[in-house]
Amino acid sequence: MATATEAVAAPTRPRAGGWSKLPVWMRRAILVGALVGGWQAYVSFSEFGGNPLLFASPADTGEAFLDGWRDGSLARATWETLRILLMGVGIGIVFAAGFTLFATLSQIGDDILTLLTAILNPLPGVAVLPLALLWFGLSTNAILFAIANATIWPIAINLTTGFKTVNPTIVAAGRNIGLSGVRLATDVLAPAALPSAITGLKTAWAFGWRTVVAAELVFGVVGGEGGLGTYINNAKLYLFTPQMFAALLTIAVLGVAFELLFGMLERRTIVRWGMQRS
Amino acid sequence: MSRTALDLPAAGRATSSPVLRVEQVQLGYWTQDGFTLAVADASFEVAQREKTIVIGPSGCGKSTLLKAVAGFIRPTAGRIEVAGRERLAPGPDRAVVFQEFDQLFPWRTVLDNVAYPLRVNGWKRRAAIDRAREFVELTSLGAASHRYPHQLSGGMKQRVAIARALALDPAMLLMDEPFGSLDMITRARLQQELNRIVEQTSTTLLLVTHSMDEALTVGDKVVVLAGSPSTVREIADVRDVGPPDSPGYAAARGHLRDLLGVRHEDGETDGHGD
Repeated sequence: MATATEAVAAPTRPRAGGWSKLPVWMRRAILVGALVGGWQAYVSFSEFGGNPLLFASPADTGEAFLDGWRDGSLARATWETLRILLMGVGIGIVFAAGFTLFATLSQIGDDILTLLTAILNPLPGVAVLPLALLWFGLSTNAILFAIANATIWPIAINLTTGFKTVNPTIVAAGRNIGLSGVRLATDVLAPAALPSAITGLKTAWAFGWRTVVAAELVFGVVGGEGGLGTYINNAKLYLFTPQMFAALLTIAVLGVAFELLFGMLERRTIVRWGMQRS
Repeated sequence: MSRTALDLPAAGRATSSPVLRVEQVQLGYWTQDGFTLAVADASFEVAQREKTIVIGPSGCGKSTLLKAVAGFIRPTAGRIEVAGRERLAPGPDRAVVFQEFDQLFPWRTVLDNVAYPLRVNGWKRRAAIDRAREFVELTSLGAASHRYPHQLSGGMKQRVAIARALALDPAMLLMDEPFGSLDMITRARLQQELNRIVEQTSTTLLLVTHSMDEALTVGDKVVVLAGSPSTVREIADVRDVGPPDSPGYAAARGHLRDLLGVRHEDGETDGHGD
């Protein structure tokens, strides 16, 4: 009987292989190394990959990356993209907060938000760009409009769901200790809805990020400075392939950095409080 | 510095005015099918320092009655007075311990869960933390005071809820089947501890339960609620029933069982069953 139980239980145990015994950083470093190795192999051994006009080697990409950051061109492009993204997401948050308030306070507000989200959320962020260009002209405002549209809906719908699903016992406990109105909202409802708020923000950030880079690609330089999309587009015009790779690398690095940042935020709040939904 | 507020008037002998007066209260709730009457007529009083238990079968409206006393719902008829004044909104003078474990604020530590309501009610930071620490110690949670609620067992969470409620120095403590979701060993232990804490703090208690043993071990007075819609069947003084193995206890338990219309012992899991 005991052996039968063991036989059943055995597969559920974590595998004792060497790989999972390695520390996380080492596993990641090995994978990154393998990726770069594969990349280099492709450059060395394939005809397409060996053409430096079409495909940049890891070394060339690294060099273009360092040069770009050293002479400030990549830094400026990165800052420009982030600046527009932050503004766009900021506008998105403000509008989303308004919609959420409206939807939380009234049934019609809730219905309107549900309808608008159903219509506008599935639209890829850049799909509204031609219209935005028509309305706002060839300006930063057009990109901001596209980003705001891409970010309002995921934030609003997540926040509204978050507020609606706050555990009623906690609200009752809050009212019992003497909280009401604004103080109940800020001290009980808001932290209780934080997991949903973070989910909304993460989704909005990812949507906004895709939208801003795509929008820059579509219409290149606006005003004096261009962003990362513009940088990639310009590099393509002059066939500076390593620069295109360097800009993509920058976007990837930023993506990882923000992922870590959100992860840190979650660990300090909802994970620590045992509130993370999985 | 235990309780000044309750020690001042008529120390001990509470003959004058009751802390709680429930007068011909009628309660109901709305469903898709319309209005359902849960409590047809309930009248009783709770004197100062008295431990009153409302007992009744599931669905008799006893929790609804407690929610009405707490101010979460309004009676459709009748009057609820706390310390001589009608109260229709929730407030810290009637601190509630709910049945649900998740009544604590998950983003606050044990100590902070107890201190924060004091801050809300005008206490200075330092004083609030000192008082919170005192009540965390009182409920034997000292070692856990810096943990978050999700790191606690169900019994510990209920202790925190008791500490949080009592630190507010309420006119009365309201408990809605507070140990209903606990295993019987933890429940028996917490019942004894509740008795100790309530004695130590001279708390006036109104506790709702469906457990006859909880009613007899914790209560001074038992209000039996039964019927659908329910009415008060009897108000019994159970102060002197004696320990669970005494003849007085058995008699009182038998009497309660008859009132509640229980034919067989099936539902009880307190470990006192015969």
